[in-house]
Amino acid sequence: MTPTYYLLLSALLFTIGAVGVLVRRNAIVVFMCIELMLNAVNLSLVTFARIDGRLDGQVMAFFVMVVAAAEVVVGLAIIMSIFRTRRSASVDDSNLLKY
Amino acid sequence: MTTAAVAVLAQGAEVSTGEAISFWVLGPIALLGALGMIFAKNAVHSALFLVLTMLSLGVTYMVQQAPFLGFVQIIVYTGAIMMLFLFVLMMVGKESSDSVVEVLRGQRLAATVLGVGLAGIVVSAVARAFTDVTPANLAGKNANGGNGNVENIGRSIFTDWLFPFELTSALLITAAVGAMVLGFVDRHTRGRKTQRELVEMRFRGEHDRPSPLPGPGVFATSTSVATPALLPDGSVAPESISRLIESAAAEEFDLEREAVAGNTTPADARALNPSTREES
Repeated sequence: MTPTYYLLLSALLFTIGAVGVLVRRNAIVVFMCIELMLNAVNLSLVTFARIDGRLDGQVMAFFVMVVAAAEVVVGLAIIMSIFRTRRSASVDDSNLLKY
Repeated sequence: MTTAAVAVLAQGAEVSTGEAISFWVLGPIALLGALGMIFAKNAVHSALFLVLTMLSLGVTYMVQQAPFLGFVQIIVYTGAIMMLFLFVLMMVGKESSDSVVEVLRGQRLAATVLGVGLAGIVVSAVARAFTDVTPANLAGKNANGGNGNVENIGRSIFTDWLFPFELTSALLITAAVGAMVLGFVDRHTRGRKTQRELVEMRFRGEHDRPSPLPGPGVFATSTSVATPALLPDGSVAPESISRLIESAAAEEFDLEREAVAGNTTPADARALNPSTREES
């Protein structure tokens, strides 16, 4: 077994996250799928750091985690404020810009 | 170089059997969690499946010579971020589970086809590009002589990556302020009613009754909450019976209420005592 398997696992997780974003209608679950995609990229960064023998990949994964935390805070606050005004967390209901 | 270091380097040149075993255990668990997250109808179940995936990924990081990132993954992702998700799910409520209705026709099928295509492209590209990779490995850098994983990451952050790190602090402050702005609800502009306005509304008949409901047990034969209040003529005040307490179910006192209405023999002040009720 080589570290390539980790990259394959990361690719599969990323794909599952992307399909989830397309398929699910609940805004919070869509958000969780985005988190899964970020995690998959983190896994590939850690694997690349190991293949390369340098720590830069791990530092980048660390920054990705920080950005993900900030993004989750703001995103969930937006979802909450939408839910407060529209009483729904479904992405289908926020269609004011459509017409 | 000591023989021990040579042995570590020689061993680290390729993936050990233990790591392979842990990969074949953790990888399927991570995939299972991801698939479960997509297919679970309940959003809380999705969150818990994602926690499973993140935990197994964290252990994978530790196996892959990134112990610091592994612990950060478990503490920050599964500990903080996913719990934040669960908090929001609890606030949004149970109706947050997904609707099965397809708004765009054929969207799920198209998404599945696209997903399979993306997986095929990425997996084949990675598999072709990285055949027979010999990892350089971080065993030397992570060893105590090389200052260890955490110290090396800290050194890297505060030298090579200092500017991005400072930008990170700006990002975090912006996110905190943004969350406060978005989550703030101004109750003063909406206008709270004063006590005087509430009283006037009550006597104008906008509420069911001008006075508050009688408390249970007031003027009753016992001080128990389960005992209803009595009216001046000794009958049961139906508003005082708590709907939540089963022992004082409202139907139990229908007899007394009918007695007050004059349909049966009049009730006395001790109507609540079951033995006296039988005698009368």
